Amino acid sequence: MSGVATVLAKTREQGRAALVGYLPVGFPDLQGSIDAMVAMVESGVDIVEIGVPYTDPLMDGPVIAHAADVALQNGTRLADIFTAVRAVAHAGAPALVMTYWNPVLRYGVDRFADDLARAGGAGLITPDLIPDEGAQWIVAAERNGLDHVFLVAPSSTPQRLRSTTSACTGFVYAASSMGVTGARTSVGDAAEVLVTRTRQMTATPICVGLGVSTGAQAAQVAAFADGVIVGSALVRCLADAASPADGLTAIRELSAELAAGVRRKR
Amino acid sequence: MNDQPSTSAAATGGPQAGRFGDYGGRYVPEALVAALEQLDEARLKARIDPAFQGELERLHRTYSGRPSILTEVPHFAEHAGGARILLKREDLNHTGSHKINNVLGQGLLAKRMGKTRIIAETGAGQHGVASATVAALMGLECVVYMGTKDTQRQALNVARMRLLGAEVIPVSHGSATLKDAINEAMRDWVTNVGTTHYAIGTVTGPHPFPEMVRDFQRIIGVEARAQVLDLVGRLPDAVCACVGGGSNSMGIFHRFIDDESVRLIGFEAGGHGVGTDKHAARFSTGVPGVLHGAYTYVLQDEDGQTLESHSVSAGLDYPSVGPEHSFLRDSGRAEYRPITDTEAMDAFSLLCRTEGIIPAIESAHALAGALEIGRELGPGAVILVNLSGRGDKDVDTAARWFGLLDDEQPDGLEQR
Repeated sequence: MSGVATVLAKTREQGRAALVGYLPVGFPDLQGSIDAMVAMVESGVDIVEIGVPYTDPLMDGPVIAHAADVALQNGTRLADIFTAVRAVAHAGAPALVMTYWNPVLRYGVDRFADDLARAGGAGLITPDLIPDEGAQWIVAAERNGLDHVFLVAPSSTPQRLRSTTSACTGFVYAASSMGVTGARTSVGDAAEVLVTRTRQMTATPICVGLGVSTGAQAAQVAAFADGVIVGSALVRCLADAASPADGLTAIRELSAELAAGVRRKR
Repeated sequence: MNDQPSTSAAATGGPQAGRFGDYGGRYVPEALVAALEQLDEARLKARIDPAFQGELERLHRTYSGRPSILTEVPHFAEHAGGARILLKREDLNHTGSHKINNVLGQGLLAKRMGKTRIIAETGAGQHGVASATVAALMGLECVVYMGTKDTQRQALNVARMRLLGAEVIPVSHGSATLKDAINEAMRDWVTNVGTTHYAIGTVTGPHPFPEMVRDFQRIIGVEARAQVLDLVGRLPDAVCACVGGGSNSMGIFHRFIDDESVRLIGFEAGGHGVGTDKHAARFSTGVPGVLHGAYTYVLQDEDGQTLESHSVSAGLDYPSVGPEHSFLRDSGRAEYRPITDTEAMDAFSLLCRTEGIIPAIESAHALAGALEIGRELGPGAVILVNLSGRGDKDVDTAARWFGLLDDEQPDGLEQR
């Protein structure tokens, strides 16, 4: 069983949802991003999503797009991903890399899979690679024991929910509302409807992303999902901080609040 | 029979759906897949529906002014080694370029799919103007995304779109040009896909856009082939077109693909020269990768990050290119060459002064290419050039380039 599957089995046994936290590598700088990822793990995040900064992040809203811009201006390189992966794995959480497809393609799909596995990574989440185009990646991932997480959306047809979920390992990423990443004041019903529809197709755990920013929202989503994914709200902790130390404090506080949320009695 | 688009693997839904050789595909968020499937179904039905084709043909004839004429330019051709040069006058279409051909088709499709809103990206502004125009004609809401670098160099087209009732949203992040406008349009589409059709302006993006846009532009080559045969009595030796995303070039090339004697030559923006980092010559220094939903040649660094392109013409200033061009290039059926800013502007000026036609700076790259090819082919060669747009929008840029602004009134255009 993969590291991700093990964590999700454990949290299910504990009668709670898992907390998945996203941060991009290189924001505010390389060391700062790694320190923040480790702080998340120490404060209750179960699985870390490590974002690869990319010049054309067309699924991301302004907060994450800005962080990617800064990371690239800082000279963040693709190889830095593996440094972050090693640090997260060392801190004791599965490290899933979230990346647009072209950086992996340019690095070489097989070479990327080999190097990710060697660094102790858990797998990939691919927001612009659907399983239909992912044959080479799935083979490379299987060979290395890496998870391949794909996304489902409210607009997915029943047929696509079936084919996409059957291509997922680790978990299924339910992009809960139509739109790009970013905190929303209301999580809405769309997430629960999507999770219900997805469950009819698969026994693989389902984690919900896009929009969660508070402990209360995390608790709300945890009532029906196997995992709660938080991204922009965590990135904002770093973006809004007056100093690196303040940023880490904010990351710890929000992680703890979210971790309490996913543990609230269902 | 050859005037109908061929049925490709994409149309038959085989395992290579949406692929031109290795190129193309559908690298998009799952949230868009249902809309792409709906669009594919609608456009395949429309392609064989006499009612749809009849309505499109009527709009071509009574609204945009098709067929566009063919103009021989003997004085310009004196500089082309004795070759004959024939211009396909897409610049004379309503809105001033070939872009209207595609948008009329996509507008009709949007209405068929029950969408009430269209969004578009634009570089030079020609596709944005065409989209705003068709939206006004068909009663659709229209939002156009445009990089701030382009809203500055194409200010006239921004005003034109607003006059037509469209909302123009300037995009200031990234390189603030066409590529970033596409990112922003994609974000809008992911969010509003229920009500909105994304009318991509060129032959790139996820399947079915490259094939669908080509089919809507294919009429350029269909008409031109018949017109050249009529005028010259034989096929041309070469067909020249500029290549940004590649819709005008695919439009004029496609009908000639089976005519093996006809060379198909695309001209990319060589900017300051392909030895510099300021150009958009994807086939000179790019490598295959994924951008904006398609696998194709992309200007990128060794980490797969997109590199910024450069061109004096906003419409060619794009780091990627339609996937069918990548296929034609690798198969050897078409050739691609860079034309520098200076070569393009020289050809721009030459056409103005010898023939009384002000071309778009984009199209001037094809004109410069035709001069080059003419000198290579020698006397008697017949060269067909797609004059894809007119240069009204470029007067500001050209006036600065050639220093035509009087010292007494340097603020005339500067502070408009």
